[in-house]
Amino acid sequence: MKQLTAATRARYFRRQLVDRIMGGLCIAAAGVGLILLALILWMLFSNGLGGLTLDVFTRPMSQPGSGGGLANAIVGSLLQVGVGAMIGAPLGMMVGVYLSEVGKGSRFASVVRFVNDILLSAPSVLIGLFVYQIAVLPFGGFSGIAGSIALALIAMPIVARTTEDILRLVPQAYRDGAIALGSRENEVVRKVVLPAAFGGILTGVLLAVARIAGETAPLLFTSLGNDVWSTDMTQPMASLPMAIVRYSNTPYPEWVSLAWTGAMLITVGVLVLNIASRFSYAAVAGKQGG
Amino acid sequence: MLIQLARRLVIALAATVLVAAPALAQDITGAGATFPAPIYSSWGEDYAKAGGSRLNYQALGSGAGVTQIINRTVDFGASDSPVATERLEKEQLLQFPAVIGAVVVIVNVPGVDGTKIRLTGEALGEIYVGRIRLWDDPKITTLNPTLKLPRIPISPAYRADSSGTTSIFTKYLSSVSPIFKERTGAGNSVAWRTGLGAPGNAGVAAAVKNIKGGIGYVEFAYAAENGMQALQLANGSGKFVTPTVPGFLQAAEQADWNNAKNMAATMLNMPGDNSWPIVSATYILVPRNPKDPARTQSVLKYVDWSFRNGAATADRLHYIMLPTAVQDRVRAQWATLTPAGKPLWPAN
Amino acid sequence: MNTPATPAIGARKIHPADTTFRLSLHAAGAIVVIVLLSILAIMFMGGKLAFDTFGLGFIWGTEWNPVTQIYGALPAITGTLVTAILALCIAWPIGFGIAFFLTETCPEKLRTPLGVAIELLAAVPSIVYGMWGFFVLAPFMSEYVQPWLTNTFLWIPPIGDSFFWFTAPPIGVGMLTAALILAVMILPFIAATTRDVLLSTPQLLKDGAYAMGATRWEALTGVVIPAVRGSLFGAVFLGLGRALGETMAVVFVIGNAIRMPDSLMAPSATIASVVANNFPEAEPGTLDLAVLLALGFILFVVSFGVLAVARLLLRQERMS
Repeated sequence: MKQLTAATRARYFRRQLVDRIMGGLCIAAAGVGLILLALILWMLFSNGLGGLTLDVFTRPMSQPGSGGGLANAIVGSLLQVGVGAMIGAPLGMMVGVYLSEVGKGSRFASVVRFVNDILLSAPSVLIGLFVYQIAVLPFGGFSGIAGSIALALIAMPIVARTTEDILRLVPQAYRDGAIALGSRENEVVRKVVLPAAFGGILTGVLLAVARIAGETAPLLFTSLGNDVWSTDMTQPMASLPMAIVRYSNTPYPEWVSLAWTGAMLITVGVLVLNIASRFSYAAVAGKQGG
Repeated sequence: MLIQLARRLVIALAATVLVAAPALAQDITGAGATFPAPIYSSWGEDYAKAGGSRLNYQALGSGAGVTQIINRTVDFGASDSPVATERLEKEQLLQFPAVIGAVVVIVNVPGVDGTKIRLTGEALGEIYVGRIRLWDDPKITTLNPTLKLPRIPISPAYRADSSGTTSIFTKYLSSVSPIFKERTGAGNSVAWRTGLGAPGNAGVAAAVKNIKGGIGYVEFAYAAENGMQALQLANGSGKFVTPTVPGFLQAAEQADWNNAKNMAATMLNMPGDNSWPIVSATYILVPRNPKDPARTQSVLKYVDWSFRNGAATADRLHYIMLPTAVQDRVRAQWATLTPAGKPLWPAN
Repeated sequence: MNTPATPAIGARKIHPADTTFRLSLHAAGAIVVIVLLSILAIMFMGGKLAFDTFGLGFIWGTEWNPVTQIYGALPAITGTLVTAILALCIAWPIGFGIAFFLTETCPEKLRTPLGVAIELLAAVPSIVYGMWGFFVLAPFMSEYVQPWLTNTFLWIPPIGDSFFWFTAPPIGVGMLTAALILAVMILPFIAATTRDVLLSTPQLLKDGAYAMGATRWEALTGVVIPAVRGSLFGAVFLGLGRALGETMAVVFVIGNAIRMPDSLMAPSATIASVVANNFPEAEPGTLDLAVLLALGFILFVVSFGVLAVARLLLRQERMS
């Protein structure tokens, strides 16, 4: 009896030790993440805050020394990211729903899943190249729409993958319960499964928006950029990433400073979107008596 | 639900966007070389303020500029290196120089003032093929007897992105260094035998700054704005010169414009007391058979205005204007543009 | 059966709304496939000239010379694979660690801010990562890390006659630095997705494990992870996808030398960086453009292969 207890005690200590060590490593991992974030944000803000004036938001890009801002780039980014997300996120969600709910087990679904993962790893520059061939050359010019399409193609696989992953984890009991109550298939999905997974899906969409807000390569050959104030999406359109690339590679200090400010704005913008959507989701979930 | 609200807002936004004011018919679009981008954009702004068309110039790179004007997706293309005659004829393009710039060589040698280092074109070529690997190599010390060069490796930096600056630099090296010509050659993008590639002028400058023993090439405007140490090179007369604006002008004036095909006169390795050896014009390309001749004429009017009024801006931004004689040659070329019978220049 | 109105088990009448529902979802799936096929078609047609000129040898050609017009894809392929796999190896444990911390041991109040902080890493534009890597990480690597690595690992024998693991002049940029930057970039994707996956596991599973006396770690590895393994792999795919395709950041830190690397610290190139650097200048109809499109095609094939292998491993795990 005594031997057994000793062996068990030893094993128990070992298990506790493993648990503690792993717990510690996880804290370390979180620490690493935070340190990296702090370093990068410090670089962003220390270089970007200096150029942050009201002019940045009100004046369009102009020559060094004449006090220009980033207004047209900001608006252009908002438009293109917005339209790109509007196209890519719903499409991605539909694909995710298809893979997880309707197409389960079918051959076609496996193919779609596989293809989606390949698209996930497509270099953004190749997507831009592709959209150049189909949306710029045939129409004889660069446009904000082409830029939006390129961004949508990048966002879509991300949303599809995350949606499917999350939906798969919704317990089958939810679906069975809904069916038992007489719901049709689309009602089961729309009214029971999707709301249950909403938080995770939202994360996926936000990740996708974060990614496309900062992408440059797909916009290089699609929306080109525009020095002139314009909200016409059938014409070349400015964007923050293009402005950053352009300005950061020049010798003029005002422009370099604006490039940093632009980068900071993208990061802060996505953060604000992130926080705002999470708060509104929490508020809505709370109201529904969760 | 919030989603419904969001959906409505988004639809409203989309509607506003699609109905928004279309761009004015007179806007001109140009794309191409990164090197003249600041000056073209600045001139464009000044021109618009003076009542002319608005210019949208995007710096995608010389090759991209050529591609876009061939595809006629822009009104003019800009290229740091001249386009071959066959190509110009096949694609029906007119090429003319617009502004002049220079490429300088920056260094980071600890303990030594970079501006006092002297190199010949041959030595520079050997550095960039990896033949000369240390700063105190005899080939360098014989050129710099008064300097105490340390025994550290040379780390050459080049442009990762294919660029007109690389084209100018490699053309120069190929013309003065046989081994460079043989092992690497010239072009917008070449197979560098040694060293590392950094993106853009900023990248090359940072690479040189961060690596002890680094050497790299950047546009003069870049070096001037950032106060970088640029070394002295031997020019066509064998004299060691520092890069200065009068030096660039002297090189430009000696270019053989009479015999230059398509106005692509070389300004590399020119002789003279002050001529800097790495000087080059950057070119603009317009279609000979534009779909809309009025747009091409707008481009010409913009360039003409900039020739006459842009000197102060060019000076401020460290560019060199074309000599006036050359500007007149350019206008004479414009007069040969006769789509639909009528010459585009003089305008109205 | 004396109730003819009752349909047989499993056969329900399908409502028109459901038909539309199913059709639209199928259509979405079809769009995905059509998009990829179109991209592949364009890459292939554009890159055909390269394969015609060099044959399949293009894939293992090691010389990339625009002046003599001799191109080979192996340096770019090597750079792509090495940096992506290395980045994944570094980011995976850290990302999972962060996710476990967030869902298990983190104090309640810190959970949301920390989660937001990690997602903020995903919000940083890729070009900023490139600049941070180039201006901050690279000098650090060249001053401290690379010399240390060289001295410590001198005893590792070279592969073949040229691949030295850690002996290259300490210029700071190169495959190792690129792998590190990529790891930082894919970290938030892995962490955020894993966190959501872990949060979605039924509490019942965990409660059962704890009831049996498992420690937190044992509950996680023994019960939760096997239950959600498929979804966890999804997080890894997200990260791998980003690592293989990242363009702007890599251009800054990889050194852009399209030569076969002779060390993990040597400057190199990835397919994405080669295409990004050279596409603007490559004119249509030329070999220069064809090789870039051919490289793009190869990258899709490489992703295909890597993903296929990953799925195979996953299926084997499931069956055992």
